[in-house]
Amino acid sequence: MDPETQQSKHSPPSRLYRDDTRFALGRIAVFQYLAVGVFLFLVGGYWVLQIRDQKFNAEMAERNSIKTVPLPAPRGKILDRDGRIIVDNHSSFECYISRDALKPEHIPDIAAGLGMTPEEVRVPLQRADARKVPRRFPVLIKQELTPAELAFVESHKDQDTFPELQLVSSQARLYPQSGLAAHVIGYVGEVSDQELNTTEFAKYSQGDKVGKEGLERQYNDVLMGTNGQRRVVVDSRGTEHGDPVDNKDFVPGNNLQLTLDLDLQSVAELAMEGRKGAVVALDPRNGEVLAMVSRPAFDPNLFTRRISRSDWKELTENPDNPLMNRAIQAQFAPGSTFKPIVSMAGLESGTLDPSTLVHCPGSATFYGHTFKCDEIHGTVDLHHAIVHSCDVYFFTVGNRMGIDRIAEYAQLAGIGKRTGIDLPNEKDGLMPSPKWKLRVQREKWYAGETISVAIGQGAVEVTPIQLASALGGLVSGGAWYKPHLVKGAHIDAPRRADWSPENVATVVSGMCGVVNEGGTGASAAIPGLEICGKTGTAQRISNDLAKANKALAAAMKDNGWFVGFAPRENPEIVVAALWEGGGKGAFSAPIVRDVIKAYFDKKARAGKPGASQLSFFAQPAH
Amino acid sequence: MPRYRSFRDLDWPLLIISLVISMLGVLQIYSATHGDTRWHNAWWKQIIFIVVGLGLMWLTTSVDYHTLLGQVPILYSLSIVGLVATVAVGKMVFHGRRWISIPFLGVNFQISEFVKLVIILMVARYLSELKSDEVSLRDLFRLGGLVALPVALVYFQPDLGTAITCLSVLVAGVLLAGLRWQYLAAIALVVALALPAGWYMIQPYQRARLVTFLDPSLDQLGAGYQVIQSKIAIGAGGIWGAGLTKGTQTQLRFLPAAHNDLIFSGFAEEHGFVGVVVALGLYFLLLMQIVQNAQTAPDRAGMYICMGVAALLLCHLLVNVGMVAGEMPLTGIPLPLMSAGGSITMSVFVMLGLVNNVRLRRFSS
Repeated sequence: MDPETQQSKHSPPSRLYRDDTRFALGRIAVFQYLAVGVFLFLVGGYWVLQIRDQKFNAEMAERNSIKTVPLPAPRGKILDRDGRIIVDNHSSFECYISRDALKPEHIPDIAAGLGMTPEEVRVPLQRADARKVPRRFPVLIKQELTPAELAFVESHKDQDTFPELQLVSSQARLYPQSGLAAHVIGYVGEVSDQELNTTEFAKYSQGDKVGKEGLERQYNDVLMGTNGQRRVVVDSRGTEHGDPVDNKDFVPGNNLQLTLDLDLQSVAELAMEGRKGAVVALDPRNGEVLAMVSRPAFDPNLFTRRISRSDWKELTENPDNPLMNRAIQAQFAPGSTFKPIVSMAGLESGTLDPSTLVHCPGSATFYGHTFKCDEIHGTVDLHHAIVHSCDVYFFTVGNRMGIDRIAEYAQLAGIGKRTGIDLPNEKDGLMPSPKWKLRVQREKWYAGETISVAIGQGAVEVTPIQLASALGGLVSGGAWYKPHLVKGAHIDAPRRADWSPENVATVVSGMCGVVNEGGTGASAAIPGLEICGKTGTAQRISNDLAKANKALAAAMKDNGWFVGFAPRENPEIVVAALWEGGGKGAFSAPIVRDVIKAYFDKKARAGKPGASQLSFFAQPAH
Repeated sequence: MPRYRSFRDLDWPLLIISLVISMLGVLQIYSATHGDTRWHNAWWKQIIFIVVGLGLMWLTTSVDYHTLLGQVPILYSLSIVGLVATVAVGKMVFHGRRWISIPFLGVNFQISEFVKLVIILMVARYLSELKSDEVSLRDLFRLGGLVALPVALVYFQPDLGTAITCLSVLVAGVLLAGLRWQYLAAIALVVALALPAGWYMIQPYQRARLVTFLDPSLDQLGAGYQVIQSKIAIGAGGIWGAGLTKGTQTQLRFLPAAHNDLIFSGFAEEHGFVGVVVALGLYFLLLMQIVQNAQTAPDRAGMYICMGVAALLLCHLLVNVGMVAGEMPLTGIPLPLMSAGGSITMSVFVMLGLVNNVRLRRFSS
């Protein structure tokens, strides 16, 4: 198209469009000033944001894009003496809430998704605020997410829904089923506020899982690693980008190898199945605990997530108190298992020699009170008195010896004080004496009380671990090693008694007769193995009270004790079994027999190459 | 004589400045979308729009603007029909119907961008036909009514931002044509009285945006989210900026629509205050170049066209650049020459074509 013709065709009539533009020049200038103003206004706004508030905005941008992800350190595993795993970890997911991004109105929806009440979500957040935990640290809300909860968190943690949610993978505790060694191992749980205020736990932080009971608590510092944290770049959807800005890896906790033998432990557990009581197996040569059982038991796995109210109620309100570790916390009269100690006291103090004879007519009267024996034993010497557990013999020699001498030797053997085993909350037991009675009860000691103490009744109280340790040391010739559960730990020099080997041999011979000469513990006998031991049938209420109240007597059936060891010379294993309400010490003897048999069977197998091992866990995982 | 139709006579500074700004825009679009699956090729699409825009600009210069002014009634009718069609069959995006699909081409077009051009021409024609050097009340109402009809249709799409920019053409034109200060005072009074009423007339989301403008922290994840994130992005840029494709707000998508309405905050994050001053300086030069063409226009109509374009661009800049920095309420309008988008880019180049059209004809009469 020719521009000229176009131009002429559309040539505008000048009357239509005025060509005088000068009139507006002033106003155009005003527009220019206005534009300058607009630009200055805009630049000013950017100056404020980019120069004046640069630091603040840069920090906000970093907070947006940099997320702190906790890296929980896995706890160390707990292994038995052969390296088999008793306590393992398993992968689980935890939900955290970042308080930086939290919108309070999201809490009810989050709580619903996690199967919690809004209050349960708020509490840990408020705790973190109260403890002044820096806000950039996310707060643990729920552990061990179920698949449904995991899906909820995964699908809602984006920027548009609940950006405060964080998913963290961690290693949760996995304990053996059916309460195997539950009391020894204990359990872990989230550190509580009260604990954080104590010196023992002050070094931990909210949300940390710490040992609450048992070895988990005793060796918490060994087992617990150091948590790490990762600072990662995330986009608005919460997706991570590139390498972490900052990576502080966790340091895993150390494994803990125990002296426990899973084979013996499981035999002892099975033997105690359905019974109430405890079994402790020790190596008297070094104090290693080979097995420790307390029944009834609990499932420690209940504690790995937050334990439910109903489960907790069931455990705490159970009259049999399943949470109690009877092996170190049950304090009962030792009954006749005390007699070897009284015998040693008599022999060593010279009030007694192996040929001392006492006539047992079935009862005896001291200080105007008649004390009954189980049977009419006739005239017995020390050996037979131990074998048949003749009370009259020990009434007589005990009375001759006096309480101070009995107490001296019993205390030397460790009766009435903690063994110092590496478990929390061990009980003391009690060895009564005139001094003790005066101090505690502000009363004089009656000579009649000595008679009861001489057969392990009266005020004497022992724990199973104490009794196993005391008799184990006694039959080893008077050397008491501190019982301990961790292998390779430094072994303290034993407490020693300067006893004559002949006297020790006399008592051991009596204990051998208990099992092998048709004594009270005959049911512990195994052909080919010289098991020695002592039964104990301990009353829990006095004879008079039992007569008066038959119902109570039925409920408070006698405790059955048996302490056995083998071999006769240089014993390698001593086992104490307590069957609460077992009725008779003789009934506890087979429990001990089974454990000792398992020990020697295993020893025999170990001698043969390719021997198969009884184990719950096929092979150690690592 | 064809001398006014040669390349040599085009406004080269204007052209170069606009192309430099466009290239900054393309770079920023690339930076904001290169990792995105859906928008990753927005930058070369933008280049195509710019090229097409340049073609349209050349076409616009080829028809004498007086001829274009003669066609205003037809163009005006077309724009009204288009707007009505948009409201009737337009495509719903976010909160509004602003787009209309063009049959057979498969592209979406924003009629309101065409309406801007029509309003510039219509205001220029109306004001240049006035006999006096002052706008009478009657003319004010007539012109106001003519502008109000399409603006109202745009407003109800709803697109408050574009409606405001269209009004800026009317305001600039009337003020240039001369308005008695009594009228101005009366209008100011009416506007002041109408503001509370307007509060109830605007859409709820617009109301929320106004509230958010006054205090963005009130609603951190809703309407306030964009403003907060945008301000953080700008501020995080500091003096020198994070560098192209290095801004975390832009790259990690904390900044919504970072290649679009919020492109300038992404630009500010990655190029810093220095980049902002440079970009705004270029825009300022662009505006002044347009104003210079208004000053040298051969007649009032040309002057009004250039000033209409200048006023519209200034308003666009103020609203967009101000809004991303929290200086203006969020109204959702793009930044001319930088934001990704075919309609806006092409319409801006057509506007620059109108300015060149006026320039080319300054020696004709």
